[in-house]
Amino acid sequence: MKLGFIVNPIAGMGGKVGLKGTDGKEVLEKAIRLGAKPESPIKAKKALEVLKPYMDEIELITCHGSMGEEEATDLGFKPRVIGERKDKVGPEDTEEAAKLMLDMGVDLLLFAGGDGTARNVYNAIGDKLPVIGIPAGVKIHSAVYANHPRSAGEVALKYLRGEIKTIREAEVMDIDEEAFRKGQVTAKLYGYMRVPYERQLVQSLKAGRPEQEEAAQDAVADRIIDEMEPDVFYIIGSGTSTRPIMEKLGLPNTLLGIDIVKNKELVASDVGEKDILRIINGQKAKIIVTIIGGQGYIFGRGNQQLSGEVIKMVGKENIRIIATKGKIVSLGGQPILVDTGDDEVNRMFNGYMRVITSYNEEIMYRVKGL
Amino acid sequence: MAKVKIRENYHQARWDEPIIYELSTPGERGILVPQPEREIREEAGDILSKLPENMLRKEKPNLPEISQKHVLAHYLHLSQETLGSNLNNDISQGTCTMKYNPRINEKLATLIHEVHPLQDESTIQGLLSIYYRFEHMLKEISGMDKFTFQPGGGSHAVYTAASIIRAYHESRGELEQRNEVITTIFSHPCDAATPSTAGFKIITLYPNEETGVPDVEALKEAVSERTAALFITNPEDTGIYNPIIDEFVKIVHEAGGLCFYDQANANGMLGIARAREAGFDMCHFNVHKTFGTPHGCSGPGTGALGVRSHLAKFLPVPTVEYDGEKYYLDYDRPESIGKVRGFFGVAPVILKAYCWTMMMGADGLREVAEISVLNNNYLQKKIEAIDGVETWYAEGRRRLEQVRYNWRKLYEETGVGTDDIMRRIGDYGIQHYWTSHHPWVVPEPFTLEPCETYSKADLDEYAAVLERIAEEARKDPDFVKASPHKCASHVIAKPEELNDPSKWALTWRAYLKKHKKEEPSLG
Repeated sequence: MKLGFIVNPIAGMGGKVGLKGTDGKEVLEKAIRLGAKPESPIKAKKALEVLKPYMDEIELITCHGSMGEEEATDLGFKPRVIGERKDKVGPEDTEEAAKLMLDMGVDLLLFAGGDGTARNVYNAIGDKLPVIGIPAGVKIHSAVYANHPRSAGEVALKYLRGEIKTIREAEVMDIDEEAFRKGQVTAKLYGYMRVPYERQLVQSLKAGRPEQEEAAQDAVADRIIDEMEPDVFYIIGSGTSTRPIMEKLGLPNTLLGIDIVKNKELVASDVGEKDILRIINGQKAKIIVTIIGGQGYIFGRGNQQLSGEVIKMVGKENIRIIATKGKIVSLGGQPILVDTGDDEVNRMFNGYMRVITSYNEEIMYRVKGL
Repeated sequence: MAKVKIRENYHQARWDEPIIYELSTPGERGILVPQPEREIREEAGDILSKLPENMLRKEKPNLPEISQKHVLAHYLHLSQETLGSNLNNDISQGTCTMKYNPRINEKLATLIHEVHPLQDESTIQGLLSIYYRFEHMLKEISGMDKFTFQPGGGSHAVYTAASIIRAYHESRGELEQRNEVITTIFSHPCDAATPSTAGFKIITLYPNEETGVPDVEALKEAVSERTAALFITNPEDTGIYNPIIDEFVKIVHEAGGLCFYDQANANGMLGIARAREAGFDMCHFNVHKTFGTPHGCSGPGTGALGVRSHLAKFLPVPTVEYDGEKYYLDYDRPESIGKVRGFFGVAPVILKAYCWTMMMGADGLREVAEISVLNNNYLQKKIEAIDGVETWYAEGRRRLEQVRYNWRKLYEETGVGTDDIMRRIGDYGIQHYWTSHHPWVVPEPFTLEPCETYSKADLDEYAAVLERIAEEARKDPDFVKASPHKCASHVIAKPEELNDPSKWALTWRAYLKKHKKEEPSLG
C-alpha cells in the first residue's frame, strides 16, 4: 500500500488571528506578525496517528521538511522523501509533489490544508488519483475534506486496506481570496476529485451512498429527457447532476460549463453569456441547473454564464432545478442561493421552488436571492 | 431522593452460537414419526405418486438434522442474545411508542387462538362484536366515520389510504390530472413511499430551518390542480406539533385534494386533538404503538385506517356491521378497493387493543397523552443539559411526546458520533437507541420517546447513562468507538460485504454458494 502524504505547513494560520486565508505572501507575513502559529502540522499528525499501528504495511511517500517529512518522522514513520529541500515552500511545491506522487503510482493521496491546497492538488492530478483531505485550512468549502483530522486518517486506512471500495466525486471550490477579504463571497466550481466514501467520516451532513445518488441522478436525467419538448432550447448547466442528461443523449458534456441542446441534438458547447443570448434570441428555452458548492448555489459559482439577462430572456417559470437528496441534506437547512449579479433578478427567486430528485419525486425547498 | 442507578455490571449473554446448519449431524433426528401399520400402507399404496408431477420435489429439502434438546437450546441461546420488548428501557425507540403490553391481554388473546378466519359468522359473534366496539372507540377518538382493521401495519394502512385516494379521484374522472401527493421530510417515509407505490408523484416539503415545520408558503407553492392529496404526520418525528395543521388541510382541500393524517405519533394527542376537527378526510393509528399491543418485529400488528363517510364506500372488504340483531361481515361493497390482506385483520391484535382501551377508559386515554408529554418534556430538560447535545428547531417551543436530538457538537469535539454512542448504550443494558429515518436532515441524530409507562427512575437512568457515555467520549473516544463491549455481538466483521452483491447472503444456501462455492449436500 503506497500512501502519498503532503502537508501545507502554512494552511490555517490565518484563522485564529482573524485573517481569512493564507494565500499570498503579504497575508502570510501579516499572519506571522500577528503571532499566528502553524496549525496544519498538528492536524496532519492527528490523521497520520491513526495509521501508525500499520506503518509496516504502508509505504509512506512524502515531501521534505515541513511538508510532511517532519510530521511523519515525529510519529516514528520512516518515509520515502521526494522533491527538493527548501526553506520557504509555496503552492507550486504542493503541485509538484502531487505530480511526482501520481507518477510514482501511489494508491491514495492524503493531504493537509484548505481550499487553496485542494486547488493545488487538483491542478496537479485532477481526478487521476483518489484523495482525502485533512481539514487544516481556514476555508474548507471543498468537499474533498474529511470533517475531522482523525476521520481523514480513518478513511485513508480503510481505503488502503480495501475496506472501502466506493469512490465519490467531490467538488473542488475556488474562493476568490481578494474579493473575500473585501467581504464579497465569490467562488467558482473548479473541478472534481475522487474521494473514498464512508458516510460517517466525510462531511457529516451528507446523506446518500454514491451508488444511490448516481441511480437517482440517472432517474432524474430520464425524467428531463422524457419531458423534452420539440423545438425548445435546453440550456444545460454545470455539475455532475446534469452530466447524465448529456451522456444519455449521446452528446459531449462540459462538466464545468454550459451546453445547449435542441431536439435532443447538440447546438453549442461550453458557451458564455453572450453566446447564449445570441443563440436563444427570445425563442422558447428551458434552463436545467443543479446545486453547486457547499453553500448551495444554482446561479453564480458554477453557472456564472447564466446571468440576469439570460434568466430574464428564458423566464423563471422555465427553470428546472435538479439535485440529489444528499446534496439537499448537505445544505444543512440553509436555502439554495441565487447570485446572478443582478439584484432584481435575484429577488425574483425569493420563496420556494421545486427541486427534482428522482423520476417521480420532487422537493419543495427554500431559495434565496442574494 | 434515591440515587440514579446505572447498571455498571450489565453483561449480555454471548453464546458464540453457530448457525443452525452448522449444528447439523447427519442421521440425527428430533422426532421419529411412527410408520403407518402394514395394512394401511398396503391399502394406501404409493401416496406420493398421486401428487401432481409439477409439485413433486426433485431434491430432498436441506433441513438441519438436530435433536429436540439441541433445537431448544439453540433458540433459547439466540433469544438471550436479543433485547426484546418489555425487557428493558425502551425509551430508546423514538416514534415506536414502546409501552408496556399488559400480560392479561396476552392471556385473553389465547381464548380465540383456535378461531378459523373462515368460520361461519354465527359462531364468532363475540369476536365480531369486539371488532365493532373497537371501531366505535376509534371513531370517537379520531372523529372519523368508519374504520377498517384489515391492514397489517402502519405503512400498510397508509398504502390502503393511497389506494382509496386513487379510487376516489378515478371515480370522479380526475385521476390522470391529479397525480401528485404532497408530504413532508419529517413525516414517516411511508407517507412518501406508499403513495409512490400507488402510482403518484411525490412532492416533499422541507422545513423552515427555524420552526422545524414547513412554511405555509411552501405548501401553497406545491399545491395545484395536479394535487391528489396531502399525506402528513403530526407531530412529526421531531416531536414538533404543527399548530396550523388545519390551515394546511384547508389549502389542500381548496386545490381539490384529499388529506390523510398519519397518526403513528398519536400518543401525545389522545383525548386532546382529533383528525376530524383538523379537517382530515382519513387517518390511521398503529394499534401496536398507541393501543398497547406488542411490537412483533414485523408483526403481528395492525394499521387501523379511518375515513370520513364520503370515502367509506372505498374501504376494503369485508367491513364488520350490525343489523340490530347480529354482527356480520359485509362483502357487498361494489366500490371497495378490494382486499389489502387475507381475511379481515389480525383478530388477536384487535382483541388485545380493545382490552387495553377498555382498561384505560376515556379518562385514561387522556392521562396517557398527558403523562407521555410530561415524561418527554422532563427527559428533554435532562438530555439537553448534557454537554455535546443539541436540539435543532423550534427554540422555546415545547415538543410533544418525543424529541429528535443530535450529537453534532460532541462529534466535532471528539470524533465520537451517534452510531458509536448507540452501540455503547447497549453496554448499560439499554436498548440501542433509534437515530432517524434517512436522509439524516438532522446530523448525528437520536430520537427518544418516553411514553406513559416509564417511571421517573427510568427517565433519570436514561439521562444518566447518556451523560456517562458523553464523558467517556471525551476521556477515551477510541473506547466508545469500539463499543459495544458487553453485548452479544459486536461490530460486523466485514462491513463491506453488506454492500457487495457477490458476498451478501440471507440464506444458508446463498452463503454456501457465495463463500464456500459448494452446493449443500443432498441427503
